[in-house]
Amino acid sequence: MTTHTAPPALEITALRKQYGQQVAVDDLSLRVAEGEIFGILGPNGAGKTTTVECAEGLRRPDGGTVRVFGIDPYRDRREARTLVGAQLQESELQGKLTVAEAIELYASFYPRPAGIEALLHRLGLTEKRNTRYRALSGGQKQRLSIALALVGNPRLVVFDELTTGLDPAARRESWRMVEQLRDSGITVLLVTHYADEAERLCDRVALITSGRVAATGTPAELIASASGAGTRFNLDDAIVALSTGAKS
Amino acid sequence: MIPARRRSALSNLVRTETLLLAREVVPLLWGVGFPMALLAVMGSFSRGPDKSLGGITLVAAYEPVLIAFTLATFALQGLPAVLAGYRERGILRRLNATPVGAARLLAAQLTVNLTIALISTAGILIVGDAAFGVPLPGQPAGFALALLLAAAAMLALGLFIASVARSGRVAGAVGTMVFLPLMFFAGLWIPRALMPATLRGIGDRTPLGAAVAALHDSMAGQWPSASGLAVLAGYAGVFGVLAWRLFRWE
Repeated sequence: MTTHTAPPALEITALRKQYGQQVAVDDLSLRVAEGEIFGILGPNGAGKTTTVECAEGLRRPDGGTVRVFGIDPYRDRREARTLVGAQLQESELQGKLTVAEAIELYASFYPRPAGIEALLHRLGLTEKRNTRYRALSGGQKQRLSIALALVGNPRLVVFDELTTGLDPAARRESWRMVEQLRDSGITVLLVTHYADEAERLCDRVALITSGRVAATGTPAELIASASGAGTRFNLDDAIVALSTGAKS
Repeated sequence: MIPARRRSALSNLVRTETLLLAREVVPLLWGVGFPMALLAVMGSFSRGPDKSLGGITLVAAYEPVLIAFTLATFALQGLPAVLAGYRERGILRRLNATPVGAARLLAAQLTVNLTIALISTAGILIVGDAAFGVPLPGQPAGFALALLLAAAAMLALGLFIASVARSGRVAGAVGTMVFLPLMFFAGLWIPRALMPATLRGIGDRTPLGAAVAALHDSMAGQWPSASGLAVLAGYAGVFGVLAWRLFRWE
């Protein structure tokens, strides 16, 4: 390459990953530009989490390439993980660790961490700083996991089911926070089940079914490609239509 | 206080895990307090040298057993349950998504459990000497070697349990199930000197039986037997390799 264009935030080419005989991801390619909010949609077991875990360097691809800002997240884990902040599905913290202790500990893992007080304030956890993890509510635990995803000042943040299990007010709060991240120049990769969330937040989305990208584009493009003549789809309808291959 | 970020990730993890262990209270009472209480009881009931115990006092005969107890408590009951619980709850996976990685947390757990067991051992030796007249080890180098090999064997076994147990609860239960027979052969219920020869012979091939024999010899001023040290090194090696091969982060 002779040009000096910056590499995309995330570039996945022909990714393949299987667990035993079970193929989780097969020939999956997608590209996330720096500064956008990119949504990954699809039914349960489609391979969404496997895909983002490969991007986070948690799994070694069986085939294809994954690059975050041009770096191989599995081979050059240390470097890649300073660039990528992760909020994982179903991951907890030590029950007797306090909020402030957790954030301080994780801050010490990164070369240029965010200010702890500012982060506590931003996520509304200042009052809870001395509360132990297991005494937090579901929403507070979620906010703490977001704080830990942001504490390293990442350039790409991966949210895996950010708002699952949150009440409507907390969901809206999370959405505002994601938009603020994008406004501050951070790229966001958002794995979600919720079409309304994707439609509201995402600049572009990829629909993954059976380990492949079934459709990709802006939410409006997905709706347009799924809608038949005369029917008005919303993104929810489009997702169902595109993932089952049935057009009505 | 030094801000956390100026210290290395490992020392921060060691500090955090120490804090968390202190907050648990029960492991410390069981692993440090209980052997110390037993020492006090044995010491108060010791009635001078006892022929059936090879001419030493009851408390002197029990000191190596109490040291084995403290090692085994932290290595078999503390470490596996905590590590398997961390894996079960996604804590190891979460750390693997940071530049530091979960191997550092495993190292911190080993450091904390080993350090506390060694401090507890030092406490047993010092209190035994000062309060109950049990002399400090006559062969200090042999004692240190026996202690470290015994700790290595126990921690390797603990890591192995953490590797194969699916949850923290299972790891805790398996740890206790292994702990009890091993402590039997160490002589917790029947001192080794009073065991029938065959039972003692079997015990010599178990990690804590071999540990107590080696600690006993070195306390009495002799170099521990090569075969006993080899048994300890063997357990450390075999279970260390198995744990290395079988350990899963998620």
